[in-house]
Amino acid sequence: MIEFRGVTKRFPDGTIAVDNLDLTLDAGKITVFVGPSGCGKTTSLRMVNRMIEITEGTITIDGHDIMAADAADLRRGIGYVIQQAGLFPHRTILDNIATVPLLLGWSKAKARQRAAELMEVVGLAPEMSRRYPGQLSGGQQQRVGVARALAADPPILLMDEPFSAVDPVVRENLQDELLRLQADLGKTILFVTHDIDEAVKLGDKVAVFRTGGLLAQYDEPGRLLARPADDFVDGFVGRDRGYRGLGFLSSAALPLGELPTVTLGDSLPDGAGWVLVVDGARQPLGWIHGSGRDGGLAVEHEHLIPGGSLYEVESGSLRSALDAALSSPSGQGVAVDGNGSVAGSVRADDVLRALEDARPDPAAA
Amino acid sequence: MTWVLGNLELIWDLTLEHLVFALVPVVLGVVLSLPLGWLANRTGIGRTFTINVAGLLYTVPSLALFVILPPLLGTQILDPINVIVALTVYTVALLVRTVADALSAVPAVVVNAATAMGYRPVRRFLAVELPLAVPVVVAGIRVAAVSSISLVTVGSVIGFGGLGKMFTDGFQRSIPQEIIAGIVLVLVMALVVDGALVGIGRLLTPWSRPVSTARSAA
Repeated sequence: MIEFRGVTKRFPDGTIAVDNLDLTLDAGKITVFVGPSGCGKTTSLRMVNRMIEITEGTITIDGHDIMAADAADLRRGIGYVIQQAGLFPHRTILDNIATVPLLLGWSKAKARQRAAELMEVVGLAPEMSRRYPGQLSGGQQQRVGVARALAADPPILLMDEPFSAVDPVVRENLQDELLRLQADLGKTILFVTHDIDEAVKLGDKVAVFRTGGLLAQYDEPGRLLARPADDFVDGFVGRDRGYRGLGFLSSAALPLGELPTVTLGDSLPDGAGWVLVVDGARQPLGWIHGSGRDGGLAVEHEHLIPGGSLYEVESGSLRSALDAALSSPSGQGVAVDGNGSVAGSVRADDVLRALEDARPDPAAA
Repeated sequence: MTWVLGNLELIWDLTLEHLVFALVPVVLGVVLSLPLGWLANRTGIGRTFTINVAGLLYTVPSLALFVILPPLLGTQILDPINVIVALTVYTVALLVRTVADALSAVPAVVVNAATAMGYRPVRRFLAVELPLAVPVVVAGIRVAAVSSISLVTVGSVIGFGGLGKMFTDGFQRSIPQEIIAGIVLVLVMALVVDGALVGIGRLLTPWSRPVSTARSAA
């Protein structure tokens, strides 16, 4: 657990980067600091490993004041991932990852073995171990950066806009991998970004900062979207927050409707309307409409009309359910179970009704 | 050619002497310049001071330095140490600036990353900053080495000039062959040493070579 108590950072020129910050970061969770540039989010992160010294106040890690430890020892116990990775250009990928274990005095063989394990964990091919950072793509370098931060298995990771310099597709990939890794590792992660979508996607909790180093709101992402504390947070959270907020509501309680299906190769029933075509395992392939077709037509691939998005009944959100309904050519969203087999259908109306039911009672709020 | 063939042993001895007088100061100069350049790079004032002093030293004419040094060092005027010290001074004067520039050109993001990983300053300098400064430092050493090889010849005026002795001797005794052979050998030595330094620089910087293996997709 990391605690900020009355933390202020005043730079020599008098500017206040962080103003009297009180915040507790939950152990084993991802906390995201987000805000416009100049809001003190990065300064706050860098004070944790003393890359920037605190002017007033204290930061404690599991109750220990960070100022009590030697700075270099403190840093070796905290993983650090930065923008553009900040890899050592003169060291191979393997030796980059082995940096902190070697600083901690591990043998070279053990450190390299650990580094090789981590390459696998972050999804880097083993043949890259002998290459140099300059020979890797931006996304690959960022994976190396994450592996390097994890090498000595620190309980805490500081991630300073780690994915902001890679293209959107790679970024989304890296975000998903981070969530997958975190599900296994359960690190206490402090993640800084200026991208509210990234904050909402990754954070168990999100701290929104405003210019001048003031904390505007500290909440779970769903609440941040549903209940911005003030106009600043509302403006920062941005457009479509109502729709994006659906991403935090489970689809499990949605009533599922019947869905006419036909297996590929079988004949189309007479007088059918929209029918979902499935394969032998009842996984959806596409739609077919009965009008203008002879009954008894054997359904083939060439007849298929592409379907919309799918959503998983148990793990899906109202957002994915609504999107499934809106993107389906028949207006019926296709719900699938954990194996990808058709479980039923949902219409946009059903989602909106469920949303109405879930709306908190204004008297109770 | 007859003069050359008749004096091979002398030419060989002078070549070796020349090489020692030229390269010992370069080695000493590199060893001295690294900490000085590091210090110069720490503060703005240190940088201005060091670089100005180095620039001033380089403007002292070499012949004057050979004459001034004996009383300063307490050596005889014909002591080879004078040549070594004088050329070391020139090497340092050339290299301090290069080292300071090379270190300041190491990307701040890499230095900060090293600090954040838990490097303490001295180890960070040796393990991260210095290796990354190598390409620029080697470029500076090449200039210093070639300049040192050429300056050694001036030492022949006080009797320790290596191949430079072939200039003075050839001039006094009117043997053009000896002068030409001396010039050619100095040129060849400069080229060989320069080539060797390029090779050493490549060996020390395997990471900066162009990619030879095909990139794989992310």
